[in-house]
Amino acid sequence: MNVDAGFMAPGGKSWIREWLFTIDHKRIGMLYLWCIMAFFIVGVFLGLLIRMELFWPGRDFIGPQTYNAVFTLHGVIMIFIVVIPSIPAAFGNIFLPLQLGAEDVAFPRLNMFSFWLYLIGGATALISLFTGGGAPDTGWTFYVPFSAVTTTNVSVAVAGVFILGFSSILTGLNFIVTIHRLRAPGLSWTRLTLFAWALYATAWIQVLATPILSITVVLIIIERLLGMGIFDPARGGDPILYQHLFWIYSHPAVYIMILPAMGVISDIIPVFCRKSIFGYKTIVGSSLAIAFAGSLVWAHHMFVSGMSDTAVMVFSLLTFIVAVPSAIKVFNWLSTMYKGSIRLEPPLVYALGFIFLFAMGGITGLVLGSAGTDMHVHDTYFVVGHFHYVIFGGTGFGMFAAIHYWFPKMYGRMYNRKQAMIAAVLLIIGLNGLYFPMYLLGLQGMPRRYYDYLPQFTPLHQLSTYGSWITFVGLALMLWNLVRSRYKGAPCGRNPWKAATLEWTLPSPPPTHNFDEVPVVTHGPYDYSEVRDDD
Amino acid sequence: MTEHRDYVGAKMGMWLFLFTEILLFGGLFVLYSVTLGRYPTEFHEASKLLDVTMGTTNTVVLITSSLFAALSVAALQKGSRKTAELFIGLTMALACCFLVIKYFEWSHKIHAGIYPGGETLVQWEPGKQAFFSLYYTMTGLHGLHVIIGMGVFTWVWAMIRLERCTPDHFVALENAGLYWHLVDLIWIYLFPLYYLIT
Ligand code: HEM
Ligand SMILES: [Cu+2]
Repeated sequence: MNVDAGFMAPGGKSWIREWLFTIDHKRIGMLYLWCIMAFFIVGVFLGLLIRMELFWPGRDFIGPQTYNAVFTLHGVIMIFIVVIPSIPAAFGNIFLPLQLGAEDVAFPRLNMFSFWLYLIGGATALISLFTGGGAPDTGWTFYVPFSAVTTTNVSVAVAGVFILGFSSILTGLNFIVTIHRLRAPGLSWTRLTLFAWALYATAWIQVLATPILSITVVLIIIERLLGMGIFDPARGGDPILYQHLFWIYSHPAVYIMILPAMGVISDIIPVFCRKSIFGYKTIVGSSLAIAFAGSLVWAHHMFVSGMSDTAVMVFSLLTFIVAVPSAIKVFNWLSTMYKGSIRLEPPLVYALGFIFLFAMGGITGLVLGSAGTDMHVHDTYFVVGHFHYVIFGGTGFGMFAAIHYWFPKMYGRMYNRKQAMIAAVLLIIGLNGLYFPMYLLGLQGMPRRYYDYLPQFTPLHQLSTYGSWITFVGLALMLWNLVRSRYKGAPCGRNPWKAATLEWTLPSPPPTHNFDEVPVVTHGPYDYSEVRDDD
Repeated sequence: MTEHRDYVGAKMGMWLFLFTEILLFGGLFVLYSVTLGRYPTEFHEASKLLDVTMGTTNTVVLITSSLFAALSVAALQKGSRKTAELFIGLTMALACCFLVIKYFEWSHKIHAGIYPGGETLVQWEPGKQAFFSLYYTMTGLHGLHVIIGMGVFTWVWAMIRLERCTPDHFVALENAGLYWHLVDLIWIYLFPLYYLIT
């Protein structure tokens, strides 16, 4: 078996017809994966550019207006085009039906349509760069009143975000129905993989939260094009309402980003410890609890916006509560590893990196969630450090762990394990170098999104920039290893990790028609007693 | 791949989608209630300027169209394709009627300078301005949904002609009907909020 076998095998039609109009969930997932990777690379270069500019105070390479456009674009690409679709749209599409023993998702054509919306939305966001009054300069949050009055091309960019949101809603909707309707015989809810459970909880957030983002960005467009004044106090509007609407989506959105990654980690850890997951039901419960409680804490982004003191206290308390289920998961993972027979393979190394970096970000989340300390560090580099630890260290590492876990299944080949490990270690070192100095900068009062800074911040900024270079080397090594192995890696069998979930019973890569006969499930996803050594 | 048919799944998908639509308008209803809480008297005053007769007519028109939509589903289930098509036609005709009335309402207001940035409106208190910005946004978005609904019905109508939507597999028409009921339902909330709070 190799890269051109199974569902990857050409079917004799033109590449465009075969791939861009495919309704095979595996091909759609691969398309997402490649697009996300391409956008990720663009986003990384923008990030490196920001770090380069901040190497010295004052102007180094680009002017202030360009700088504003660059960090806005970096944020929009990374959040809306890369991180939110990353694991659900790519790996969810490829592996959810396989893990359920299903032939496809519930609505294959809708799935293709979601992918098209994703492409069109991403393209629209990019077009906003080169047309109209130049790239948007508002930051990814598009806060009014600035976004309503700036002459840059905000309308086109948020139209792109609207379309991407639509794509996300339809993917979530598709997954919910798929999980309810298409489980193989014997696959009860308590035998579902934790990855599927995580996608289920995520899908509900996608369906319930994204419409609020849609209406919010529509309002920006209406505000700009028709001058409605909905957020303009002079005309009876209120800019704080914008912040509420925005965060009612965007806080739950951080759980759209992290829950699927947690699902990946929950699937990987038992496999490499040869032990059933500790506390299956608490992990499921905490996913659902995060999805629910995560919808109630949005206003912790607005402690200094002028809300009432009561609101500040209530949201601060709720924020502390939502940290509990995440902590429960970390305890479960660690308990699974305790006394397991651990095989330190690349997916596990990435998973361990995830746990460490996510914890670094989650704990500083509590510093931000407590209103008193947030007053001090709000809108400083502390926040930038926090969310990069959780998003890059969490979702990013979850994504990398998923790639290294499922790569042999997708391509039928194995990558160079040693290089994969080196890349993982470089990334962990790089990320700490890149983001830890930001915590210190933030505590010392360096505001975020500033083009220039006081000379005393120079050493920490330079440290961070060095970290960005190490991160870059790690990413480059990881990608090079994967791309090369796709063609040259050693062929591997069905089940190189000896995992017990259904996707590993199929050939690698899986055939177009997933299962020749509908599988009957007789045991849980982490029961290794019946895994045979036959390949 | 074999054609996969799942009636329950298709209905479930549609209900989830309707949920997202409700939430979309939900954001606007939140804006409305906050603004109303802030400017109760101005909203009261501004509401008087809307034409209750036209609003009421439109409510009746839309409810009737919803009835026709339901009848078209029932007709197809009973196996009479022709009657189903007729009822779809009537639904669409009333939808047009709704839009025409809306058009006259809006153009009267706009001629009188009552629109965001319009010469009359800019001189009024902020509360009244807020009322009208929300009025145009919400009824405008609702109108857009009416147009989308008409598109959906046209598509289902074609499906019936092509015998892809049949008395045995009528879920497409049923889902279109559900969508139409939602559009109707949203209007039933918009009507009292804008026309009847005088
Ligand atoms: C689970 C993964 C998480 C992700 C992906 C995430 C992401 C983010 C992002 C993107 C921001 C910055 C928003 C901006 O641009 O202004 C942010 C800020 C914030 N996060 Fe998180 N976060 C996560 C977990 C947490 C946790 C567990 C807590 C608290 C228990 C928390 C509390 C906060 C607070 C309070 C802020 C606002 C800080 C401020 O602006 O003053 N976050 N987070
Ligand atoms: Cu948050």
